[in-house]
Amino acid sequence: MAAVSILETKGLTKIYGGVHANTDVDFTLQRNKITALIGPNGAGKSTFVGMVSGRTSPTRGHVYFEGQDISSLPAHKRMQLGMAYTFQITSIFPGLSVEDNIALAAGRKLAHDKPAHAAKTETVLNRIGLSARKDQYASDLSYGHQRILEIAMGLAQDPTLFILDEPTQGLAESEVDAFVTLMRGLAQETTILLIEHNMRVVAKTADHVAVLEQGRLLAAGTFAEVQANSAVQAAYLGVPAHV
Amino acid sequence: MDFGPHLMLASIEGAVISAILVLTAMGLSIVFGVMRVVNVAHGEFFMLGAVFAWAVTTTVSGHPALGFVAALVIAPVLVGCIAAGVDRVILKRIGYDVDRTIVATIGILYIVQQSTLMLYGPEARPVVPPFNARLALPWFEFGDNGFQMFWPWGLSVTTYKLFVIVAAIAVLGALWLVLTRTKIGLIMRATQQDRDMAQAFGVPVARVYSWVFGLGAGLAALGATLVVPIQQAHYLMGGDPLLLAFIVVIIGGLGSLPGTVIAAVLIGMSDGIISVFFSPTLAKIIATFLVAMVLVFRPQGLMGRAAA
Amino acid sequence: MMTSAKPNALHLGILVVLAALFFVLPAYHVGAFSRIMVLAIYAIGFNLLFGYTGLLSLGHAMFFAAGMYGFGLSTNLGGLPVVPAFAIGVIAAGLLAFAAGYLALRTVGVAFMIVTLMFAQTFYLVILYFGEYTRGDEGFIVQQAQRSLFGVDLTSETARYFTAFVLFAICFLVMARLVQSPFGKRLVAIRENEERARMLGYDVGRLKLMALVVSGLISGVAGAAYALLFGYVGASFAAVHYSIFPLLWVLLGGAGTTIGPLIGVIFMFYLIDVSSGFTNAYMLVAGLALVLLTLFAPQGLAGTLRKRALRWLP
Repeated sequence: MAAVSILETKGLTKIYGGVHANTDVDFTLQRNKITALIGPNGAGKSTFVGMVSGRTSPTRGHVYFEGQDISSLPAHKRMQLGMAYTFQITSIFPGLSVEDNIALAAGRKLAHDKPAHAAKTETVLNRIGLSARKDQYASDLSYGHQRILEIAMGLAQDPTLFILDEPTQGLAESEVDAFVTLMRGLAQETTILLIEHNMRVVAKTADHVAVLEQGRLLAAGTFAEVQANSAVQAAYLGVPAHV
Repeated sequence: MDFGPHLMLASIEGAVISAILVLTAMGLSIVFGVMRVVNVAHGEFFMLGAVFAWAVTTTVSGHPALGFVAALVIAPVLVGCIAAGVDRVILKRIGYDVDRTIVATIGILYIVQQSTLMLYGPEARPVVPPFNARLALPWFEFGDNGFQMFWPWGLSVTTYKLFVIVAAIAVLGALWLVLTRTKIGLIMRATQQDRDMAQAFGVPVARVYSWVFGLGAGLAALGATLVVPIQQAHYLMGGDPLLLAFIVVIIGGLGSLPGTVIAAVLIGMSDGIISVFFSPTLAKIIATFLVAMVLVFRPQGLMGRAAA
Repeated sequence: MMTSAKPNALHLGILVVLAALFFVLPAYHVGAFSRIMVLAIYAIGFNLLFGYTGLLSLGHAMFFAAGMYGFGLSTNLGGLPVVPAFAIGVIAAGLLAFAAGYLALRTVGVAFMIVTLMFAQTFYLVILYFGEYTRGDEGFIVQQAQRSLFGVDLTSETARYFTAFVLFAICFLVMARLVQSPFGKRLVAIRENEERARMLGYDVGRLKLMALVVSGLISGVAGAAYALLFGYVGASFAAVHYSIFPLLWVLLGGAGTTIGPLIGVIFMFYLIDVSSGFTNAYMLVAGLALVLLTLFAPQGLAGTLRKRALRWLP
């Protein structure tokens, strides 16, 4: 029987020189829910997610994925366990075609099975709406389409945990709406962890919201609960919390 | 010769090597520090300095000192101008992209080297030093009469070699003054720290780069001009200085000037001593392999800043 | 996804042409092409690492020389026949590539270039240092009597050409297969965006090491073949300019294409051949070629062809 939480962190801390980027974060991620991680700039969201994905090594603390302690695993092994990650600054294969980009993402699991590989690539292309552009070089795509391509690459991996770092940054309104629809459609298949600044997106997608401030977990709950939380308001507005 | 005097002789040789090396390596280090460019053709600029020095000294008649002084001025300036030109025409156009710069400078290496072969020929040609008196050096031993000095046969140094060591120190001092006390030096250091910011403050980065590239080459040429009365001018003489300069800059820490000086002294001395006592080849093997290991395990060298 | 029909036809076509050239070319050029094919093997090995994986090594001469000396010393000092000696040369190159790669791949970018350069320099200097066995710069000859296989004298023009051809064809086809396989595609991914490849779950470190070992093995095949077919082993093949040559060939022909290495070697070979008739400073041509290529045509001949016209070119 699968546990309710797919990901847990205990005491996760990162200290750079004298800067405490994250301090003692105890975080639980519920399976098959969309969780948004929000907080003011410099709150340590990207650092936290970096430690979860394996890109950054923690100063102390542990990360558990599907009940397994993955704290010492390198990033690529964590991806192999079922995570997918999109970067804050779009990171794709610029010199390759859209199709090749997605094929590479799907290829880790399916490269040995050519028909399944081709089928998966085609399915993802269609789902994300990039079929018509499949032969275009990824570097020739518009910014918005590149971000969508990166999301498609995440999908192609059939992840159980999909981590997206500010996915809607720089997208046009219509593209943001398309993104929201996509996320909602994914919710049953996979667990999603979003770092987001766009509160509209958070309001429309997140089942659960966690707030980071100055490297610490400040509050967690539904969007409404978090919105009403005075400490959270203070953090965003710079007004001291009155308890 | 006993071990003691022999060691002293080797140390002097090492000191001369260090002197030249510190100038050459400094040129490479400044270029990398400010421009983030690895100039594989640096050794060829060194060689050009020697060849131009030969050309000047053989053209200027009269006392060798006249020709030598002329060479000391003309050769580095000429080589610096050529290098600045190379930066304008080639390096700027490829945007100082790391891979392409390496390839381009490899090409420039061959162009410079082979053109010299064509125009100057394959022979090694000597240059007469401006002065070359032999100074016997004393050694000490505890004899029947207590502490005594004596002059072992074969233990000597020439005044010219001493001059080279002094000259290198003087140039280093002048360079340090320029870098830390003048506006030009400040601009260079600013460009090294943060190129975009410097540009935002109105620093003509493109021009600074040309100047810096020229300065780097000029320093190598100056080192070569100093050494050419001891060695000879030959079209292939750029290879060893390039390798040694690389080793110094890496071990000393790319972009760290004090590190470069310390490493140059270390490497020059050990190269001299190992070459005299064992073989030059063994010295090179050790140095080459060591620098690779430093890069693998401690890439910031002795004193460079560790990469984030 | 494209089928591999066109690339296969192209590759086989080239091999057919190469085989046919033997009957068509005058004697001098037959000899030239024997040399070209062996050097093209070296270029193919280098291309895997540089063109496909995006790692610029400035020390590949050590793998070529390991193959060369492995074969030459086994034959001359060890008295071994051709096949075992050849195998030793290739294995030596592979082991060296593994050891060098294990250390060098801990660095990236410029540091990687310098480390590979330094390792190769060390190898060259060690060859000189043990000149008692290796005869240093002067080198040594591998006797004709030892260069025969199953009674066939491999020093005749015909045998030389077709041995070079067979070795080239094997390496060429193996590489063509490799770069179109999932392994090859992953190497390209590393070249295009290493961090992205890592975050797709690929073991980037292991893939790079594998690429380097294969690259070293093939370079070793070229070195051993050179010693076998042309009978000479010398330290100059371990020196820096023999690490620069494959870079030049691959850049000129087209890095990251299957046919680029061969094209680059052919061009450069004849370019230098012609210019050494005028001057002994023929490497000037190499220098000019490098500068012009990197300034104006960094994709090389086949690369430009692929970009402008034939996108299916592998």
